[in-house]
Amino acid sequence: MKRRRVAIIGAGITKFMRRAQETGKELSFEASRMALDSCNMTLDDIQCVSLGTAPDAFDGVHMKSEYLSDGAGGWRKPYMRNFVGGGTGVFAPIHGWFHVASGMFDTCLVVTSEKMSTCHPHPQGAFLTIFDHTTEQPLKPTLIWIFALEMNRYMTTYGITKEQIALVSVQNKRNALDHPAAQVAEEVTVEDVLNSEVLAWPVHRLDISPASDGAAAVILASEDVAYRYTDKPVWIDGVGWNLDTAYWATRDLYYPRYLEKAARMAYDMAGIKEPAREIEIAEPYDPFNYKMLHHMEGLLLAPRGKAVELVEKGVTARTGDRPMCPSGGALGVGNPISATGLMKIIEIFLQLRGEAGKRQVPGNPRCGLAQAWGDLMQVGTVVVMRA
Amino acid sequence: MKRRRVAIVGVGTTAFRSVTPDVSYRELTHEAAVKAYLDAGVEPKDIDGFVSTAEDFLEGYSIADEYAPDQIGGVLKPVQTVPGDAIQSLAVAAMMIMTGEFNIVAVQAMSKASNMLTIPQMMNFALDPVLNRPLNDSVHFVAGLDMQRYMHETGTTKEQCAQVVVKNRRNALLNPVAAYGCDMRVDHVLNSPWVSAPLNALDISQHADGAVALVLAAEDILGSISGVPVWIEGIGWTSEAASLESREWGAALSTKLAAQMAFKQAGMVPGDIDFAEVCDEYSFSELQHIEALGLCGSGQAGHLLESGETALGGALPINVSGGALGVGHLFECSGAYKVAEVCAQLRGNAGRLQIKDAEVGLAQSWRGVPSTTSAVVILTN
Repeated sequence: MKRRRVAIIGAGITKFMRRAQETGKELSFEASRMALDSCNMTLDDIQCVSLGTAPDAFDGVHMKSEYLSDGAGGWRKPYMRNFVGGGTGVFAPIHGWFHVASGMFDTCLVVTSEKMSTCHPHPQGAFLTIFDHTTEQPLKPTLIWIFALEMNRYMTTYGITKEQIALVSVQNKRNALDHPAAQVAEEVTVEDVLNSEVLAWPVHRLDISPASDGAAAVILASEDVAYRYTDKPVWIDGVGWNLDTAYWATRDLYYPRYLEKAARMAYDMAGIKEPAREIEIAEPYDPFNYKMLHHMEGLLLAPRGKAVELVEKGVTARTGDRPMCPSGGALGVGNPISATGLMKIIEIFLQLRGEAGKRQVPGNPRCGLAQAWGDLMQVGTVVVMRA
Repeated sequence: MKRRRVAIVGVGTTAFRSVTPDVSYRELTHEAAVKAYLDAGVEPKDIDGFVSTAEDFLEGYSIADEYAPDQIGGVLKPVQTVPGDAIQSLAVAAMMIMTGEFNIVAVQAMSKASNMLTIPQMMNFALDPVLNRPLNDSVHFVAGLDMQRYMHETGTTKEQCAQVVVKNRRNALLNPVAAYGCDMRVDHVLNSPWVSAPLNALDISQHADGAVALVLAAEDILGSISGVPVWIEGIGWTSEAASLESREWGAALSTKLAAQMAFKQAGMVPGDIDFAEVCDEYSFSELQHIEALGLCGSGQAGHLLESGETALGGALPINVSGGALGVGHLFECSGAYKVAEVCAQLRGNAGRLQIKDAEVGLAQSWRGVPSTTSAVVILTN
């Protein structure tokens, strides 16, 4: 059976910030409006809406999709929320892709929105209830605590140092200086990262992305409809996602095997045989600096344990041979969970169209990838895009 | 574009009970999944994708999706969660198969409502935090407003609404998995304590625990599967207005729009439907929704009920399973059980509840107060 081709034809993104004045509804509206305007569409041209947003506990609103529906353009339309934890931002366009690739709809508005600042005193509080109620919650773990375990395991397995990993923060925060939506763009040095406050060793403050408010939206269209609105569609050629067991303590954390499976699914669909050669530009998810490296390996873009060498050699820089996180990533632009994933999709969309402005990578890339990750260090979501 | 046809080929449900202290939500889900896979004649390794259905607050986890894969055989597989009604999950699974990239997809939903110690307070957290929550209204108050408006617009009476409860709970006596089967009279309902006018206690369905799993497959691979197919002819879902201030009260407009979408896809009209399982979270909901579905005219549902047309053996049986009033309210699993029941009827497996010559069935769900989200699926054998 011949697959229906689906394109991204428009995009919008709000500023990412610590405490937005706007409600989640308003943030959703801003991003959706911007996406519609970017390709001269109105809501009347949109046949269905897919919403991605992470835990309800952030906003303190039960059935959050119902609350956000009118802001996200879902009024009197087929409207549905999708959810794979922190991987939601890149899963949302996959969910939208189902809508259009199935032949059921020709256009779909994909909206992601996150309002983390409503969680007092800090959104980490919302993460206390992500753990198993019997075996884990009594230990009172935090997210940073378990990522410290994973980072340490990754460093120990391959003999990677904190100095090496800090380079990722340096690169991404610098890249973000050119991103108009960025929250924590800055010039930092490896020493700054190493000297920042220890949160849970080996994780320091500058190893981590911030908590953010923000929203992002893209518009998907079928092949026959896309050219009515744009002459530069960017095609979603491969989608993949995968969930590992919830019992993360039973896994070896040095390698994200679920992500490799997700990536292989997307590569198979896109007909990619040699990802390290064919994927010219990528936005791996980088909520922590070591995660970008971990994910490059899971995505088969670098040999295991060797991703950091690519960073050291400048291969992953915006002017390098294989730019990674040219947007500035979660470390630089900010991390309103689900909106971050879609921000990464939008970055590849703009780069492949040659519209990334000061962030534009040289070499006219034709094939790129965005990826997100989440749940209990458990889910990988991957979208392969071509100009 | 010609669409790939999709069928439900496996159905598994647990029994529904008011409390289940003996099993965890994982064990409930596992039971339903194993039954569905056996029914379809598939193993987890044959399944290309899984769609779980869960709302964080109801599950008691901040990211409920984490706990989806293990008990359904989904570890290291493409698993996702729909925080919505299970008929929306069914729509996702059907769309996945229609893309041509997936052949077999499983859908899962469950309710462990007895674990929730603060249901009314949790439901209040679904109200707009700025405009509505400060009023501290209960969800039943909001439902009562909708009921009042519905009765005012259509001339439907409290007695007719109470008659829905009598019918459904009596039907449930014949359903071996129903939690709330009971032989009662209209005056029992009318004399039950007030909750929020015009709702009495017995107008409101009581929650139950249980799980449902469904297996979907593409028409072109049915040769490799032993499950008896029930065809998805049309599926629709719609959300209306989020805020209480701007919605169309009384009319269940989201159900009307979702039904239009499903009927259009199916190339059918409401007159083609032989029987339906519709939302009866509240007594009036059943009447309101069969009118919104177009199964009868506005204000006619109460009369249809009184004349016995919607009873088992009538011309248009509605909720012969016992519905939410008789089986129990299952939150996001509600739609899944309605689909399972329609499949049982279309396969001729409905036992003492079997409707003669059932060929076209409809299942509908509404996500409950304060939502205006409904989903509709039309199924044939």
